[in-house]
Amino acid sequence: MSTRLATGGRRLDRGRAQEFTFNGKRMQGHPGDTLASALLANGQMLMGRSFKYHRPRGVVASGAEEPNALVGLGEGTRFEPNQRATTTELFDGLVAVSQNHWPSLETDIGAVNTHFARFLPAGFYYKMFIHPRPFWKHVYEPFIRQSAGLGKAPNPGDPDRYEHFYYFCDVLVVGGGVAGLQSALAAAEAGAKVMLIEQTAHWGGRAPVDGGEVDGHPVEDWIDATIAKLQDMPNVTLRTRCMGAGVYDHGYALGYERVADHTPGSDAPRHRLWRIRAGQIVTATGAIERPLSFAGNDIPGVMLASAVRDYAVDYGVSIGDRTVVVTNNDDAYRTAITLKKLGLEIPAILDARQQGGGALAEEARALGIRIENGKGIAKVKGGKHVTGVAICAQAGEGAALEEIACEAVAMSGGWSPVVHLWSHCGGKLIWDEAQAHFRPDPENPPRGAQGEGFVLPAGSANGAGDLAGVLNDAHAAGQAAAKATGAKPKGKAPQGSASPEAPMQPVWLMPQGAGYKLRLKAWLDYQNDVKVSDVQLAAREGYESVEHAKRYTTLGMATDQGKLSNINGLAILSDALGQPIPQTGTTTFRPPYTPISLSSIAGEATKANFQPIRKTPMQGWHEANGADFEPVGQWRRPYCFPKGEEGRHEAVNREITQTRDSLGVLDASTLGKIIVKGPDAGRFMDMLYTNMMSTLKPGRCRYGLMCNENGFLMDDGVVARLDEDTFLCHTTTGGAESIHGHMEEWLQTEWWDWKVYTANVTEQYAQVGVAGPNSRKVIEKLTDDDISADALAFMGWTGITVAGIPARVFRISFAGELSFELSVPASHGRALWDALMEAGSEYGVMPYGTEAMHVMRAEKGFIMIGDETDGTVIPQDLNMQWAISKKKEDYLGKRAQERSHMADPNRWKLVGLETLDGSALPDGAYATAEGHNANGQRNVQGRVTSTYHSPTLGRGIAMGLVLHGPNRMGEVLEFPTVDGGIIKAKIVDQVFYDKDGEKQNG
Amino acid sequence: MAEPVTALNGARFEGIATIEDAGPTGMITLRGDLASKEVKAAVKKAVGLDIPGQRAALGGKETAALWMSPDELLLMCPYDKVAETIATLDAALEGQHFLAVNVSDARSFLRISGGGAREVLAKLCPVDLSPDAFAPGMFRRTRMAQVPAAFWLDEGGTFHLVCFRSVGEYAFNLLKTAALSGGEVGVYG
Repeated sequence: MSTRLATGGRRLDRGRAQEFTFNGKRMQGHPGDTLASALLANGQMLMGRSFKYHRPRGVVASGAEEPNALVGLGEGTRFEPNQRATTTELFDGLVAVSQNHWPSLETDIGAVNTHFARFLPAGFYYKMFIHPRPFWKHVYEPFIRQSAGLGKAPNPGDPDRYEHFYYFCDVLVVGGGVAGLQSALAAAEAGAKVMLIEQTAHWGGRAPVDGGEVDGHPVEDWIDATIAKLQDMPNVTLRTRCMGAGVYDHGYALGYERVADHTPGSDAPRHRLWRIRAGQIVTATGAIERPLSFAGNDIPGVMLASAVRDYAVDYGVSIGDRTVVVTNNDDAYRTAITLKKLGLEIPAILDARQQGGGALAEEARALGIRIENGKGIAKVKGGKHVTGVAICAQAGEGAALEEIACEAVAMSGGWSPVVHLWSHCGGKLIWDEAQAHFRPDPENPPRGAQGEGFVLPAGSANGAGDLAGVLNDAHAAGQAAAKATGAKPKGKAPQGSASPEAPMQPVWLMPQGAGYKLRLKAWLDYQNDVKVSDVQLAAREGYESVEHAKRYTTLGMATDQGKLSNINGLAILSDALGQPIPQTGTTTFRPPYTPISLSSIAGEATKANFQPIRKTPMQGWHEANGADFEPVGQWRRPYCFPKGEEGRHEAVNREITQTRDSLGVLDASTLGKIIVKGPDAGRFMDMLYTNMMSTLKPGRCRYGLMCNENGFLMDDGVVARLDEDTFLCHTTTGGAESIHGHMEEWLQTEWWDWKVYTANVTEQYAQVGVAGPNSRKVIEKLTDDDISADALAFMGWTGITVAGIPARVFRISFAGELSFELSVPASHGRALWDALMEAGSEYGVMPYGTEAMHVMRAEKGFIMIGDETDGTVIPQDLNMQWAISKKKEDYLGKRAQERSHMADPNRWKLVGLETLDGSALPDGAYATAEGHNANGQRNVQGRVTSTYHSPTLGRGIAMGLVLHGPNRMGEVLEFPTVDGGIIKAKIVDQVFYDKDGEKQNG
Repeated sequence: MAEPVTALNGARFEGIATIEDAGPTGMITLRGDLASKEVKAAVKKAVGLDIPGQRAALGGKETAALWMSPDELLLMCPYDKVAETIATLDAALEGQHFLAVNVSDARSFLRISGGGAREVLAKLCPVDLSPDAFAPGMFRRTRMAQVPAAFWLDEGGTFHLVCFRSVGEYAFNLLKTAALSGGEVGVYG
C-alpha cells in the first residue's frame, strides 16, 4: 500500500495540513500536494474504473499525461468531471469522487465486462449492433449510451468568471523546465520581449528530481537563480499554471492559465485564456515516459518509473515497500537508486536489454540491487493492487522463471518528446532510431506567411539527452528565436553535467513472443481499454491507416489523447503490418494539448455579456411599460405592449384599432439611416436604387428598392433629399450595416473615382412614427411650426422644433394612416417620446409594436423585406414595375433582371389572399396544384409570404406569391395544413385597406 | 430643450480601473482628402488641431482629432458647440468635396483610467496594450469583445473609448467585468 514517508517531499509544506474528501472519505494532505500524491499518501491506490471493462485503476503518471486518475471534482455548480488528479493542486475542502463505477469504486458490477474481454474486442460494437437494423435505434443505442461516457455532466450555473487576455511578444517559450528557462534567458538576454509559460505551479520541470549540476552547482540552485534573473528583466513575463494549449497560424498561440483552480471562491477569474501573438515560439515541452506492454500492466501499483521517483522526491510518497523496476533504458535506474537511498526495497531491476545498462546500472549494483539483464515481466500478479511479478526472458514467450513479491512496479519503455505544439500547425516529425521516438524535423517546421519557420523545439522536446545536451539545445533555440525577431543574441550556454547512458532498446511487447493470453492483458491505452491484441486484430482486419486504426480501436482517443499509448500502439500496428514505424506515422496532433474548460473559451461572453443587446433611447420606457420584446438583429424591439392580463394577440389588435381610430406611436429608431453626399451622389443613388432618385427635390421623400447585382431585392426604404448634394437613405433595421457596407464596397472597388461620401448615422437619431387621424394634432400641440397639409404634403419632409427639440419631420406612412416620422438627436429621444405620450393622452395615445406595424402594412398591401422577399425574389415578382425606372441606362440588378429566367412569365407573382372562412392562413403554407412531381410530392402553385388576422377587417388577410397570380383574380386556391385539413383562399388584390390612400394623404 | 441624456447616463464603476461615462460630447465625422491644405486649414479652424497621422489622436482643450481611416476623421468638441463647429467646417470647405456630419448622439463615450486600464482593455480588444507598444497619442479602431470600438490614450494615462450608442450598456458591462477586483493580470509592470 502506498504511504507518506517520514521525511522528504520537496514541494510539501509539512507544517500545515489540508483536509479533503475522496468518495466521501475524509483525508489529509499538505500544501504542495497534488490530489494524486495526497491520495497515495492516504493509501488510496485505487482511483477509478476503466471505461470499457471497469477494471480497477490507479495512478500511472505524475503529470498531464495521466490516463487513469480522473475524478469528478467539486460540488453543485462547481462540479467538473474528468479532472486529472495528477494536475489538481490540493486545497483545503477539496471534494473529489471517482468515476465510472457502480455501485462503488471497490465493488463494481460493470467489472464483469473484464471476464468477457475476449468477447469485446476492437470493433465489437460495430460488428455486434449492426443487425438487425431497427434494433440500433430502439435497443442497442439506448443501452450503449447508458453504459458509455466517462464522468457525469456538470451542473448548470457556473458561478465563476473567466476571461481572455490578448498578449504580444517576440518570443513565447512554452515549458518552464530547464530547457524553457534557458531558452527564455537566451532570448531575453538578446533583447527580445519574452513570455515564458509553465503548466504546473513549479519551475524547473523534473530536473530537480533527476539531479545533475549546472556550472558546478546543483541544478536546483541554477533554477532558482535563473528564475530570479528572469524576474528582474523588464522584457520578460513569467506565468506558472499556464499551459501552452495550442499553436496556430502566424505565431498565434493559446495559453490556458488556471488562475484560481486551487483557490475556489476567491475573487480572481478561475481561468484566463491567453491569446498570444508571438514572433517565434519555442516549445520546451519536455518528454513523456512510455509504459511497457506486459500482461497486467494496468493493475494499480504499476506506474511509470519517473512517476514513482516524482512521488518519492517531490511529495515524500512511496508506492510500496518493494518496487520492481522494469526497463529498456538507463533512466529507470534513477528510480531504483532514489528509492533505495530512501530506505525502500528494490527486489530487482529487470532490464530487457541483454547487454544491460551503463554507469547508472553500475551505481545501482554498487548499492546492492539485484539486476537481471535480458529479463522482463511475464505477468503482474494482483487484482486491485500489485502483489508480485512473474519474471521471464524478454526473448521468450513468457514462461515464468521466478515470482517476485512486490507492491509496486516501476516501468520505463523510453521517452517520447512532447511534439504536440510543434505539430499543431504543421511541423513534421522524424523517427529517431537510436532513441526509438519521433522528434521534430528541423527541416520541416510550421511555417509563417513568408515561408519561414516560426516554432523551434528545445531540450528534451527536441530529443536532447542529458542536462548538458538539453541546456546547449535550449540555449541555441532561444538565441535563434530571438535572432529571428531581430534581436542580437550573445553569450554562451551554461555547462550542464553529462551523464552518458547505455543505448536503449525498443521494447514494444514484453516478452517479445508473448502469447495471445498475455497480449489480451497487455494494455496499450489505459483510458480506452485498448490492448495489444486489439491493435493486432485491427491490423488483421485491414485497418492499415493509423488514423483508421485509432478510430476502430479507440486507441489514443478521449481526454488524454493517447499521450502514453500512441507510440506503443503504432509500434504494435507497424509490427502487425510488417512495416517500419515511420511508414505507419502518427495520428494528427490537434489543440488543445490537454482539455481546457469551455468556459475559458467563452471568456467574458456569458450572462449579461453573452451577446450585445442593442437598445434605443426609448428602451427604458418600453421595459418599464411591459413591452413584450422580439429580437430584430441584435436589437430587442417591442412586439407589442400587453396591458394587464392581455395576451399578445389581444394587445396587437388593440394597438391597431387605437392607431386606426385615433393615435399610435412607434419607436422606429432602429431603422437604418445613411447619409450619401457629394457631387456624384445623385448618379450613385440612381445606381443603388431601381427607381430614379437623382430627380428627387430637396424637401421631398421617395420610396425606393435596392437590388443586388443578381437582381434580387435586398432592401427598401424611404429616401429623403436633404439638399442638392445630400441624400438620407432609410434602410430596414437589419440592413443598416450591410447596406452601408454595400455602398462602401461599390464606392471603393468599382466607382472609386466618383465623388461620393457616405456615413452611417443610424444611431444619431431617435425616430418616432406618429400615426393615426390625430397624429397631426398631437404634433401641432408640441410645435409652433406649420405642418399642415399645405405646408407639408404627403412624401415631404421639413425641419421643425418639436417639444423644444430640433427635429426632422417626414410625412410618410407605413401604417396607411395620416402619419409622420419625427427624427431627433438620440440624446433627446426619450424626452420626445415622453412629450408625445403626454400630449397624446387626450387622444388615448398608445405605443404600438412591430406586430401591429406588420399587420397595418399588410392591410395596406405594403411588402416587407424578409417576408415577401427571401433573397430569390425580384421587384417584378412583386408587381413593383412602377418602382423600376425605365429611363435609366443602368442600376444594380438591371441586367440580371433581363436574364431569361428572371423575365419568365411563369415566375410566381404577388397577390392578396382572402380565406373563404375568414381564418388566417398558416405562415409559409403552399397552394397545391394538380398532380405530383418526380419525387411523388404534390405539385404546388404558390405560397403564403405574409399572413395575419386583421382587426380592422375582422378576418384573416394574407399575401402570397402565386403562379400567374395577378391574372387569376377571384380564383380559389387550396392550402393544406399540417394537421391534414385544407384552407381555401381566394386570389384578391393585395391592398385590403384604403386603396385610394385617402387616409394617408389627409 | 432638456439636457441631453447619454446611453450610460453618468454610470461609473471602480475596480482595478475606473470606468465612467464621459457624458455628452460633440462628435463630427469628417470625410475628405486629409492631405489637402483646405481640409488641414478647416480642421485647424474648427477644432484648433492638425490632421492626426495614421492611427493617431491629437487632443486639445476640449477638442480632439482622431484618425479613423485614410479619408475620415472623428472630431470632438463640446456637445453644445457641434452646430457651430460643423458650420465652420462647411464654410471653410465650401466648394470642396467633403462630408461633415454630427454623430455626437450616435456614440457612447467612456473613460477608462487607473492602474489596471491597460489590462482591462487587453482582456477585450486584440491590441498590444503594453506601454512600449501603445503610447499616449495613439488611436486604435478595433473590436471590443463582440462590438466595434475605438480608443486613444492621453498623456495622463486615461483611455478614451467610443462605441455605438445602442451597445453602450453592453460596453460598460464588459469593461466593468474586466475591471472586477481580483482580475489583475500584472503584466504591465
